[in-house]
Amino acid sequence: MVDKKSELAAKSSSAVSRPDRIQNPGFEPEHKRVTDESPARDSGAERGISVLFVVSALLSVAAFALNFIFPIVPGDLGTTRLNNMFVGLAIAAGLLALGVGAVHWAKSLMHGHDLVEERHGTRGSDETRGRAVEIFQEANKESGWTRRRVLRNSLIGALVAFPIPSIALFRDLAPANRPEDVLGFTSWKKGVRLTHDPGGVPIKASEVTIGSAFHVIPENILEMTEGFLDEKAKAAVLLMRLPLAELNEAEDRKSWSYDGIVAYSKICTHVGCPVALYEQQTHHLLCPCHQSQFDVSNHCAVIFGPAARPLPQLPITVDAEGYLVAQSDFLEPVGPSYWERAR
Amino acid sequence: MSRSLNRSGRRHPLSSIALIVIGLFVSGGAYAAFTGTASAADAPVSATQIADGKALFSSNCASCHGLSAQGTKAGPSLIGAGALAVEFQVGSGRMPMSGSGPQAEKKPVQFTQPEIDAMAAWVASLAPGPGVPTEASLQGGNAANGAELFRVNCAMCHNVAGAGGALTEGKWAPNLHNIDPVHIYAAMVTGPQNMPVFSDMNVTPSEKRDIIAYLKFLDENPSVGGMDLGNLGPVSEGLFVWIFMLGGLVAITIWLTAKSN
Repeated sequence: MVDKKSELAAKSSSAVSRPDRIQNPGFEPEHKRVTDESPARDSGAERGISVLFVVSALLSVAAFALNFIFPIVPGDLGTTRLNNMFVGLAIAAGLLALGVGAVHWAKSLMHGHDLVEERHGTRGSDETRGRAVEIFQEANKESGWTRRRVLRNSLIGALVAFPIPSIALFRDLAPANRPEDVLGFTSWKKGVRLTHDPGGVPIKASEVTIGSAFHVIPENILEMTEGFLDEKAKAAVLLMRLPLAELNEAEDRKSWSYDGIVAYSKICTHVGCPVALYEQQTHHLLCPCHQSQFDVSNHCAVIFGPAARPLPQLPITVDAEGYLVAQSDFLEPVGPSYWERAR
Repeated sequence: MSRSLNRSGRRHPLSSIALIVIGLFVSGGAYAAFTGTASAADAPVSATQIADGKALFSSNCASCHGLSAQGTKAGPSLIGAGALAVEFQVGSGRMPMSGSGPQAEKKPVQFTQPEIDAMAAWVASLAPGPGVPTEASLQGGNAANGAELFRVNCAMCHNVAGAGGALTEGKWAPNLHNIDPVHIYAAMVTGPQNMPVFSDMNVTPSEKRDIIAYLKFLDENPSVGGMDLGNLGPVSEGLFVWIFMLGGLVAITIWLTAKSN
């Protein structure tokens, strides 16, 4: 045991004391600055730095005074602009003068010679290490840590059990609902009217002229006082009317539109930006964030860009009074992909 | 403030309100008088005007739109386009087009206002279509409501500050600064080129007035933050930060670590 220890110590000390292969070149001769050599330049630098500090103080006072020279007049945006500009410039220039002065002081006036701080070994002296071992042995004897095994093991058991309640506490940091329940459904239901965003006025099919683009939210979220924006962010819809001849619909989705009026989710399937840059002649929808393009005349198929799926279509029809209503919720989750999404 | 007013006694507390009221009356009255005389909207349409319009159309537009505006392969039919579409397309310099391309570009206006009015009268006589509103009917909107409508309906293409933006395949949404209110109104009603139509059932006439008020507010009020760099968002602002801010930081770092001479 003792032999091994001294061997280790000998090894480590030999590693430290190995002679360097390359000679230490030492420091370059000290670089003399103009302020070291000429007293006139030294006092000049001192003057310059104190001028910078005085200028900084003046600018700080000026920044305060400029608030009153260029007051913000409510309702006049031009005065806000002047106030922001002059107060901001004065504060910035004041702080810059302070910093430049401090750095200039350190570089040109404080002494510039190099110095070395030696690194020390981390190993304690044999005496210290021997004393440490003594303390541990004494503590073991007095507490009976190795002798009273039941006591020791019950303490270890109690310490292991102590963090168990935190499992329940930290569980609260996880989403409250399953993502499928939150992201898989929107407020659209059978019979919910399509209304104007932001006015909330229901839309009649006869009002949607060819070439129109309506920004739509479901009627049943208008009265929400809590979570309105969350619901709107999922349920936002773009409503467009295309000439029937230019609309290619799959057989099983012919009943989802009404007389050339189609409704598509406005939430991009890439990362969820609102897609609403509709071109009424080409029937292309462009997402402004990453330039995904969707072809409205072909069920919003992706024709360019990083989006992986077409925009989900909202099946619509008209009610007895001629207002546009949803046939159901979207038949697939809107927006970007997430782990739990089926595809 | 109040102390100096009381001592000098020169200004009544209500004087600023009175001044604003007088100013509003004077400017509003002057504007109404000016637009009342300058607007062609109320001018009666005469048979000679329609005949002039047909002649102008035949010599300048018919090569693409057809002799009776029925449309050809090169240009759409204008039957039912209405006077407002003519006022927008010709009055903003987009028509006649200088060449085929992704989008008709704005150029200096090629016709005088009476000529444009004559062509508009002829196109309007072919079939009913949207007419030109009076300038006065486009005044006095609520800019705050207009801003909300603009953010929902227009900002995705035209940028929230009306600076415009790129569309697909070389097309673009033009910037909306300093545009004649009639042309803003006409663009919403007629949906020129690839812009969707915002009919009166979608955005009501009073809402259109609010949107115009918002755009005029942007024209008249400078950006609060100082240099707006074209309001183009991350493109111009990123360029500025990368070149000037990072360049400045590099220069400061070099100075910090350089030895004093």
